[in-house]
Amino acid sequence: MTSNNKKELLLEMKNIHIDGFSDERWHKILKGVDLNLYRGEILGLIGESGAGKSTMGKAAMGYTQPGCKIIKGEIIFNGTDLAKLTEFEKRKIWGTKISYVAQSAAASFNPAHRLMDQTISAANRAKINPTDVLRKDAVQLYESLQLPDAENIGERYPHQVSGGQLQRIMTAMAMSPRPELIIFDEPTTALDVTTQVEVLSAMRSIVDKFNTAAIYITHDLAVVAQMADRIKVLRYGEEVEESKTKDMLSNPKEEYTKSLWSVRSLIKPEETNDDYMLSIKNIDAAYGSSKVLHDVSVNIPRGKTVAIVGESGSGKSTTARVITGLLPQTKGEIIFDGKKLSPKLEQRSKEELRRIQIIFQMPDTAMNPKQTVDEIIGRPIEFYHGVKGKERETKVIDLLKMIELDETFLDRLPSELSGGQKQRICIARALAANPDLIICDEVTSALDQIVQEGILKLLQKLQKDLGVTYIFITHDIATVKAISDEIVVMYQGKVVEQGLKSKILNPPHPDYTELLLSSVPEMDPDWLTNLLNKRSN
Amino acid sequence: MPGDFATEILGQSATKSSVEALRSELGLDKHPIPRYFEWLSNVFQGDFGSSFSGRSKVQGDQGDRSRLVVELIIPRLKNTLFLTGVSALVAIPLALLLGISAALYRNSVYDRSATGFSLVTVSSPEFFTGYIFILLLATLFPVFPTIANVNEDTSLIERFYLTALPVFTLTLVTMGHMMRMTRSAIINILSSEYIEMAKLSGATRYEVIVKHALPNAWAPIAQVITINLAYMLIGSVVVEFVFNYQGIGRLMVGSVYNRDIPVVQACALIFASTYVILNLLADLIGIISNPRLLYPK
Repeated sequence: MTSNNKKELLLEMKNIHIDGFSDERWHKILKGVDLNLYRGEILGLIGESGAGKSTMGKAAMGYTQPGCKIIKGEIIFNGTDLAKLTEFEKRKIWGTKISYVAQSAAASFNPAHRLMDQTISAANRAKINPTDVLRKDAVQLYESLQLPDAENIGERYPHQVSGGQLQRIMTAMAMSPRPELIIFDEPTTALDVTTQVEVLSAMRSIVDKFNTAAIYITHDLAVVAQMADRIKVLRYGEEVEESKTKDMLSNPKEEYTKSLWSVRSLIKPEETNDDYMLSIKNIDAAYGSSKVLHDVSVNIPRGKTVAIVGESGSGKSTTARVITGLLPQTKGEIIFDGKKLSPKLEQRSKEELRRIQIIFQMPDTAMNPKQTVDEIIGRPIEFYHGVKGKERETKVIDLLKMIELDETFLDRLPSELSGGQKQRICIARALAANPDLIICDEVTSALDQIVQEGILKLLQKLQKDLGVTYIFITHDIATVKAISDEIVVMYQGKVVEQGLKSKILNPPHPDYTELLLSSVPEMDPDWLTNLLNKRSN
Repeated sequence: MPGDFATEILGQSATKSSVEALRSELGLDKHPIPRYFEWLSNVFQGDFGSSFSGRSKVQGDQGDRSRLVVELIIPRLKNTLFLTGVSALVAIPLALLLGISAALYRNSVYDRSATGFSLVTVSSPEFFTGYIFILLLATLFPVFPTIANVNEDTSLIERFYLTALPVFTLTLVTMGHMMRMTRSAIINILSSEYIEMAKLSGATRYEVIVKHALPNAWAPIAQVITINLAYMLIGSVVVEFVFNYQGIGRLMVGSVYNRDIPVVQACALIFASTYVILNLLADLIGIISNPRLLYPK
């Protein structure tokens, strides 16, 4: 983080109004937001989805996505109003004076070109330096971003390097023309926590090194706390508040800002017992010839919540697929309520199927878009309990009430629901079977913080009322702290450890658990610095 | 198709024994399946056999004037390849140019009229398009000849002139499809994130299309181009007939009339292998243009 000795204004956005066209009409996306940025300063822009933070970030370049337009406002960058420039004039600024780092590096690199060519393309176009000088410089940037084999990595194609590496190469690409301003648009959201730490520290050090100003857009307050000097909170296209990072964290003024990290305040006292609802013993599983689970054993106590954590590729979701029978194991056995379950879905009885239900990560794709809420929830009631007519309707309405909705939702289609409501309907659908065990596969990761909190509270309430057992699969440690009794840590298809929440979260840890837990950003602006110091020692 | 070469050539008044004699001489009395495999094994040794027509015994002549199938086909094949080659040289660049520019100015008047017009040309059968050209450019405004009658002595310039109308017809019939596919392949890619990224790094419109979108569109474009090349070659059967052009298509139709099986089989083999080879080529282009397939992880 840099201190601003000379406070020279680099970017001044005044009263920005942007409209977007969707569903056959124009909506207001930004309703008069101001933004000031000084040279060498990093501003964090946070808010939930739909807050307009990404639109604001792109507007800082004078760019709007297709289907959006700037209605009103000035974007004064270095004394020029970008809103008044033609496309042709703006192109001379884009990529050279202001550059952009996108959320998904994997999708934002052109698959047809080598990374080096893409890294230096903007600087090359502007003829900032001869190509060979730019290439050497890019290699140095790769080095300072701690990329492996910096000399040759540029000769690869995007699909040949990992997501975390791509994100760093994109930062190198943004830095190559030595811009005055970089827009980071959720650059670490798609990464695992352990990778996120590396990328964050690389980005921060390089921005520091060249004293580049930046706007850092994210929905994660703990992440922005590591990067930004100042934080601005947006909601529904309006500013909620803005202050210095330290002040914002220690003393947020607005209720809304406080609620942004309230999920982290949810606490559940841990309990466990030896009466196992489900135990899986020495499971191996494979997709085709590639083995993904190695000797996995997990016990799930009755009426409790066991969280399975790990980064992508650790085998969490595969474990869920094995338990439900979607992917038969190649070795080992599953004991459910004292009885052995057959590996294959088709060989399980209807009763066994009823007692294990699953809720998926993406409620959008988990529901048939052509079915009404009534059909979605009613179908398992009919299928498992054979209930029809009036009785079925009463049951559906009871379920809706249980998930804190009401009968006015009966005739709605999934497209007419919000993200949180959709996930609630998915929960109701699972409950309709009256199951003993519900597997929640990343059920909150696609949702905003506040909505997440609502869903987690609902799940806890349902457990208290109905005594249902949960397996909660997630990569988010904050969620784990909020909801679990026991934790299972997985890494590369193996179980690292299982135990009570307090035991897993407190030292001593196995190495991997230590790495995973220490990588979770905390609401402390010095967290990243301290962590890096600690790790280098 | 009733009858065979023997009944066809000897006519209705032929005696049963003379038909039998001709059949046994040509091998037509054998079962068709072993006959086919015999022919096929000869083909693998480079022997396409002789044409039935022009045989000495049939004509009652002294010398055997029957011709080898290869001799018969090669000049015709050359003519057809010339026609499709010229058509492809006109149609492919034009289709790419129109497709790319339509994608570039999407939803403009230009785009709408280009896609609309291409829909009309794709939907009209080639004999219809051919006759329209004859009506316009040969009858009403006599610029080009109706009949594209070429032989081995025709000079190259004259060939271009004579084949103008068939070339126009084949171009028009295939161009629309290629143009529309090029346009949609590029538009598809224009909505991807790396295109927005390219724009935000200051790429010009031209650069976005040619450097960023096109390299990712080669596979679908190659696919549609090769399909149309094959279509041109095979569709030339109709066009050659309309313009009385001495190509392989006409030869095949004529041989079918005469039940001249060796020639028909050879033509069918050429058409089929063209299809297979061109599709293989499209797949190869798809692999070469995609680094994900060319350079594994």
